[in-house]
Amino acid sequence: MTPPPFAAPASTALPNSAQAPDLTPQVGEYGVPQPSAAEPVFTIRDLSVYYGGNVALKEVSLDIMPREITAIIGPSGCGKSTFIRCLNRMNDLIPGATVTGDVFYHGQNIYAPEVDPVAVRRRIGMVFQRPNPFPKSVYDNVAFGPRINGFKGDLDELVENSLRAAALWDEVKDKLKKSALNLSGGQQQRLCIARAIAVEPDVILMDEPASALDPVATVRIEDLMQELKKQYSIIIVTHNMQQAARVSERTAFLYTEVDEETSSRWGILVEHGETGLIFTRPKDKRTEDYVSGRFG
Amino acid sequence: MGRSPSPGESAGAKVSDINSARPAGRRLWTNRLASAAMLGAVLLAMIPVGLILSYIFAKGMAAMSWEFLSEPTPFSFRRAEGGFLNGLIGTGIMVGLATLVSVPLGILAAIYLQEYGRGLLANLIRFFSDVMTGVPSVFVGLFVYTAFVLPFGFGAVMGAAALAIIMLPIVVRTTEEMLKLVPLELQHGSFALGASKFQTIIRVVLPSALPGITTGVLLAVARAAGETAPLILTALGSLTITTKLIGEPISALPLLIFDGARNPFAAGQERAWAGALELLALVLIFTLLARIVASRSKISS
Amino acid sequence: MQSEARTLGDVAAGVAPAAIENRTGIGRRADSLFGLLTLVSGSLVLIVLGFMVVSTTNTALPIFSSEGLSFVTSSNWNPADGNYGILAFIYGTLVTSIIALVIAIPVSLGIALYVVEAAPRWVRGPITYAVDLLAAVPSVVYGLWGVFVLLPLFLQPAAALLSEYLGFIPLFAGPPSGLSYFGAGVVLAIMVIPIISSLSREVIRTVPDADRYAAYALGATRWEMIRGAVIPRSRAGIVGAVMLGLGRALGETIAVALLVGSATRIDPSVVRPGYSMAAVIANQFQEASGDHIRALVGVGVVLFAITILVNMAARLMVWRMVER
Ligand SMILES: Nc1ncnc2c1ncn2[C@@H]1O[C@H](COP(=O)(O)OP(=O)(O)O)[C@@H](O)[C@H]1O
Ligand SMILES: [Mg+2]
Repeated sequence: MTPPPFAAPASTALPNSAQAPDLTPQVGEYGVPQPSAAEPVFTIRDLSVYYGGNVALKEVSLDIMPREITAIIGPSGCGKSTFIRCLNRMNDLIPGATVTGDVFYHGQNIYAPEVDPVAVRRRIGMVFQRPNPFPKSVYDNVAFGPRINGFKGDLDELVENSLRAAALWDEVKDKLKKSALNLSGGQQQRLCIARAIAVEPDVILMDEPASALDPVATVRIEDLMQELKKQYSIIIVTHNMQQAARVSERTAFLYTEVDEETSSRWGILVEHGETGLIFTRPKDKRTEDYVSGRFG
Repeated sequence: MGRSPSPGESAGAKVSDINSARPAGRRLWTNRLASAAMLGAVLLAMIPVGLILSYIFAKGMAAMSWEFLSEPTPFSFRRAEGGFLNGLIGTGIMVGLATLVSVPLGILAAIYLQEYGRGLLANLIRFFSDVMTGVPSVFVGLFVYTAFVLPFGFGAVMGAAALAIIMLPIVVRTTEEMLKLVPLELQHGSFALGASKFQTIIRVVLPSALPGITTGVLLAVARAAGETAPLILTALGSLTITTKLIGEPISALPLLIFDGARNPFAAGQERAWAGALELLALVLIFTLLARIVASRSKISS
Repeated sequence: MQSEARTLGDVAAGVAPAAIENRTGIGRRADSLFGLLTLVSGSLVLIVLGFMVVSTTNTALPIFSSEGLSFVTSSNWNPADGNYGILAFIYGTLVTSIIALVIAIPVSLGIALYVVEAAPRWVRGPITYAVDLLAAVPSVVYGLWGVFVLLPLFLQPAAALLSEYLGFIPLFAGPPSGLSYFGAGVVLAIMVIPIISSLSREVIRTVPDADRYAAYALGATRWEMIRGAVIPRSRAGIVGAVMLGLGRALGETIAVALLVGSATRIDPSVVRPGYSMAAVIANQFQEASGDHIRALVGVGVVLFAITILVNMAARLMVWRMVER
């Protein structure tokens, strides 16, 4: 794989691609957040989500910093996907879902009545758990976003640059006109990343982007994220703690709370902070239990 | 499913205890009788299939000629000349017009049901499209007669209106079924790129469902091309070639076959057989195309 | 990559990334306009259906009010004298449809069960294909074939045999005619077999294999398994399939018009000529005028009401089945 033209050689501070991806994180391998003089990309206040009247996520407040990778971890069903879908208003598409609270994106409340959710999604891209390329050619997949946004410029160049940025160009440059469905799972997921990059977003949301992939493809995605964070703010949901430890600068831990009487359950934010601190010196007992593997 | 051999058939067991449990007597014979009856039903149903295809082919080919395909119907049934070109043209015009109207409307209605419609109205539309597929086509003809022919006269547009009403619910329901099969993840992928609902439907959902929709449309066209009763009441029929859309009766292949079947003269009957071959060939081509499109789409997805 | 360089440059210069800019009016309006367009198209189904009922009923109203209830209770149909009683047609429609079902139900179920439960794998496709072919044949072709092939080959001899051996029963009394309720019923049966058998086939396919294995595990023969596991599970769906076939038979026009014999009176014998509602419309429309046409439209309204009821019942049954 030749590195994309603007990319530095694969970062050495991170697990090498050749190594097994399931190594236990060592202290000192965590990403180090930038000194946070920067303004947060997202300022989330009292965010709650209901599905048909049942609360699924309760009163989450959190700041997300730019040009970093923020990991959202937590047990299955605790509301990680629900949370990340709030950040580009994908929850609007789910019948019966209601969102309360505020999400400020660069100080602008994306849930304000005058904000158009379609416009929100043009700034904040998303990559899904299962690769979901359109049943079109590789080229048309990447060109989809620019085309619908009325891109006027050199589309070929934009497609090539996006594919390079997603570290996929060398593998697909000879089959741009072939159906994207012929690619491997890992290639499809990188194509989805290229597709998201092509609309030149500011933020990329990733909901367990590697959970459907094999270990080698997973490492490639993780390497790619290190490149992408130079230009984009990335928020990644993962239930794989090693992955969170390997890739992210900051981590937020969500957890399921249960009401003993009604046995209804919902997600809460337990704590968040620098990834190194969350994994080595968590403040909350539940975080400690979770990161030390007591919840599987 | 039922492929595993039934106990009665698993002969050759050595242990006598097992053999003694074999179904015997009445149970065994009932089972055999039932199997024979099922096979008998299939064979019985094959008789009309064979008889229809062979007779239409034999009698149709005997009367088929270039003249039949290229000439309109003579004014006397007794005369052994001319053909059904007037009917072929009429069928082409009316089915074409009906397709032009019913396909876009049907697809839009299906999009409403699948992508926008919630609650009572959508359920009502869904239910009554189902019901509408069962409305007798002769009644559709009566409706167009009372509503449009009485004020405006017989004509191609009237026949096409009746055919469009017959096609509409078929297109709606098959398209909706196909839209249902488009994975939600594809739509979400599109929305996440900042596509609007309109763009997502036009650029992602419809292209993905296109083979299935095409199949449904082809089947609806085949159905419309074979309809007779509604055209009696709306197109009326004509022995001359006309391409006027309104104000003048127009013919169709099924109308000419119906006339041939009702008249006592050999020449007219022979033309009817050739017409039946022509119509059946048209209908089967569309049905076959529909199957090919359907099986293609299964392979690619 | 100018654009990305620009983004990077912006960040370096400390410029905040562009705020969310709403789409221009057109984009947003296209969205709601399209939604509205689909709503209108969807509602068209309801509007057309409603308009159909109103327009036809309105045209037939003078006859409905002059004939009153005797429109459906009298079998005196005599347009020349202005008598319009359609009972004979209602009777004919029902009798031909019942004959069709009596023949078609066992045959269709036999086909469906054979294809799903018994047939060797390699014949399933061809059988399904051949039966579906029957569904594609236009009804006017059935009519033509019925009159010139099936009538001399089978319908006339069969009607003669029936009246010869069973003629002591009024239902089969002679003199026999091939153009009769019976003749129309046989052709209708051939036309509805593909409908009933293909729908039943789909329903029977949905029976879980676990049910079949459970029956086999108890030592059942194949037939016992079908009776004990398959039929009870698919009964509602099969009834729905039969009702849809019935709906088709009730409304079928051309084949019946050619084969039913066109006699405007009720004959208790099925091997005698009769009429059906759809057939009388098709046969008499071209010569009709004035009140006669209104009466034919009235026949259509009654036919519509009957088929709609049958269809709604069938759909409700199939829907209930699917929901479970
Ligand atoms: N579309 C939906 N409708 C109703 N409930 C939902 C929906 N999506 C998620 N939920 C519920 O919300 C909770 C959180 O789900 P999710 O956000 O998918 O969790 P995670 O991604 O952490 O596994 C779960 O209890 C789930 O059942
Ligand atoms: Mg999830």
